[in-house]
Amino acid sequence: MADAAQNHIVGEHPDLLPPKTEVGVWGWMYHNLFSSPLNNFLTFFGLFLIWVTIPPMIDWLFIDADWVGETRDDCGREGACWIYIGVWFKQLMYGRYPDEDLWRINSMYIIGAIGLIWLVWPNLKYKGWIGVFMLFLFPVACYFMFSGGSFGLERIETPLWGGLFLTLVIAVVGIVASLPIGIVLALGRQSKNMPVIRAICVGFIELWRGVPLITVLFMASVMFPLFLPEGMNFDKLIRALVGVMLFSAAYMAEVVRGGLQAIPKGQYEAADSLGLSYWKSMALIVLPQALKIVIPGIVNTFIGLFKDTTLVLIIGLFDFLGMAQAVATNPDWLGFAVEGYVFVAFGFWVFCFGMSRYSQYLEEKLHTGHKR
Amino acid sequence: MAADPKQVSADVSVPPSKPAFWNDPAWRAIFFQVLVLVGVVVFAAFLVRNTLHNMESRGISSGFDFLSKTAGFSIGETHFGISYTEENSYGKTFIVGLMNTIWVSMWGVFLATILGFIIGVMRLSTNWLVSKLAMVYIETIRNIPLLLQIFFWYFAILRPLPGPRGSIQLSFPIINFTHLIITVLVSAAAIFLLWWIGVKKRYDADQKAMPLWMLVIASVVTVLIIGNVVSLVTGFGLVAQWNESFFLNNRGLSYPQPIPEEGFAITGWAVAIGVVAAFFVRRWAKKRQDETGEQFPVFLASLGLIIGLPLVIFIFSGLPLHFDYPKLTGFNFTGGSVLTPEFISLLLALSFYTASFIAEIVRAGINAVSHGQTEAARAVGLRANPILRLVIIPQALRVIIPPLTSQYLNLTKNSSLAAAIAYPDIVLVFAGTTLMQTGQAVEIIAMTMAVYLTLSLLISTFMNWYNEKMALVER
Repeated sequence: MADAAQNHIVGEHPDLLPPKTEVGVWGWMYHNLFSSPLNNFLTFFGLFLIWVTIPPMIDWLFIDADWVGETRDDCGREGACWIYIGVWFKQLMYGRYPDEDLWRINSMYIIGAIGLIWLVWPNLKYKGWIGVFMLFLFPVACYFMFSGGSFGLERIETPLWGGLFLTLVIAVVGIVASLPIGIVLALGRQSKNMPVIRAICVGFIELWRGVPLITVLFMASVMFPLFLPEGMNFDKLIRALVGVMLFSAAYMAEVVRGGLQAIPKGQYEAADSLGLSYWKSMALIVLPQALKIVIPGIVNTFIGLFKDTTLVLIIGLFDFLGMAQAVATNPDWLGFAVEGYVFVAFGFWVFCFGMSRYSQYLEEKLHTGHKR
Repeated sequence: MAADPKQVSADVSVPPSKPAFWNDPAWRAIFFQVLVLVGVVVFAAFLVRNTLHNMESRGISSGFDFLSKTAGFSIGETHFGISYTEENSYGKTFIVGLMNTIWVSMWGVFLATILGFIIGVMRLSTNWLVSKLAMVYIETIRNIPLLLQIFFWYFAILRPLPGPRGSIQLSFPIINFTHLIITVLVSAAAIFLLWWIGVKKRYDADQKAMPLWMLVIASVVTVLIIGNVVSLVTGFGLVAQWNESFFLNNRGLSYPQPIPEEGFAITGWAVAIGVVAAFFVRRWAKKRQDETGEQFPVFLASLGLIIGLPLVIFIFSGLPLHFDYPKLTGFNFTGGSVLTPEFISLLLALSFYTASFIAEIVRAGINAVSHGQTEAARAVGLRANPILRLVIIPQALRVIIPPLTSQYLNLTKNSSLAAAIAYPDIVLVFAGTTLMQTGQAVEIIAMTMAVYLTLSLLISTFMNWYNEKMALVER
């Protein structure tokens, strides 16, 4: 072969195959796993790690696990006891919401899911109208459906709300309400000729961003009743929602500010030169561009908020994690906390991972600049 | 009607029409600001009036007098050498809680930074498997709520452990120092000789030098042989005895506590002297390199001064340090120190969680350094290590530091989740227990928030200072 390589006529290449170490599976493995002594070591160490963690995990999660049964006696102790999740599934999903009224939640889930998919799916028509519906009509409809008390629906007090349902309520209310407040705060912070308003906005934003959510929730649960006039009181969920809203509005304001700063000065000046008023120039020229840039940031804030909703269990609301904690202390089902945690972790993971993938997809789609 | 020149000039000099004052932006700005200010003040006054009224009608006292009253409850653990008993005041409670918050945040920042940098670099590794493992870690950990992770470590891992009698034990060898010193000194001489004969002399004589792997294997074999010879000659082994030193059970992790004896202070002084000397060596080396271009191995010299010098002094002053080992007496351990399960779960969850974010920041930072920089550095003839140290890392740090700061802030704020598993941080002992006992919600919540605001301010001030130091100095 070496002879053939040396004796060919200039300009005519002999038909040699590339070396085996450069192509195919072996080539890939050589370059990506075994390219140097250090890499050899790392590869084997990685394989060892996988060997010690993955098979026992799969055994516990699936092979040794118990799937069918009604009571804890049906569970052997080798693997996970998914019967436990099955028995408490309703509590984990809806809390103590009455069985015969679950259709109210489920129907709103379906409407919400259709609306969301419509908004997220590329190249569908009427996105504007669906967006308006989702932002304004849908929350109102949800309020009437969930809490009832009118339209012939039975009233269901918020202490009965719980599980993943409550988590979603808090997260969605937090994000939907925090967006407009956040925009106003960001505009206030950016206003050049109104130092008083700017100072108030900066103070508000930095105050809430500087303290942990848990102190905000503490404040909402113990201080709000003191702030209100005598005889006026809100239930615990509303107080927690107000706390979450104020908190996430401050974070949202910073995200929106990033978008406002990214809009070139020329856009502001062009809007001014057209004779648009401040609000018109913001609503028609600046904000549409700014918000488009920061959609990934908004999604990230939403992911953070979604994870942070678990904190409400500290002030005594039973969200998804709170419910898992509560059922783990049931005297008939002691000792299955791990299954509960794994289930809740999986639930949160699916939501957060899905959202983060979506935000990456958006970043890719909205990225119109130069990229290598 | 002949035009009057005066009239014409008067027409021309009519000033441009001024907008009515309600259309003037300046006036409008003032008007809106006054409006908002009045609104805020009225709202605040409304809240204050309600609060005062409610506090009066519920019989809640106000002011900060409660800080000097006796707390009457005990706290599970204190750090920074603070002692606390039930007789102490609420003010002391506040200090203890604050210190516990700082303690766990400090260790959390330390561990999360190390772990985050390791995983971030792993994520960039050319090794496909390593990079994917790092990715799986990042994507799993950062998408699961922190509180759930804390619960997992606490309720699923540490609490179900057996009691003190069934502890998981880890034994550590007690090293025979005389043996160690003789072995190290003789081995060092032997390895130097190996290098001299195998590499230096042959290299100088333009012969093929001994390859590195052969040198490494030969050195290991040499050390093993010398170690055994020393054991044979002196008659005692390297390990004096195996001592059970770490005990993990449902009351935490007991570990041996180092107790300095008389004369340990000299070693402390040696560290101080080493640091100062290293500083001067560094200055001198930089000056010399600027003047003559000659380099000096500053890192090795500093290592020798800061670690080697105190070590030598420590050994020659007769090893004035012993360990207090935990011992099982009755149903619990005495002696040694204990890390409580609350502290361990909080620390692990905080570090692992924050590390997943730091890893992404590190990856983004290193990726942000354009490949042209590496190529340019290679073109000027730098080798791999100096390229990393002098070209890539300084530029990557500029991108890394600002988001890293906000992760440190997040970690400090997230440490407040301690309240959920009863680690006695400021939220639990002050905004929790103290508030329940005194009922002075306004003062206590305000103080707690002020603490976090101050901590945030301190961290961001420090990181801004560091960032400014690292930032690009432009012409």
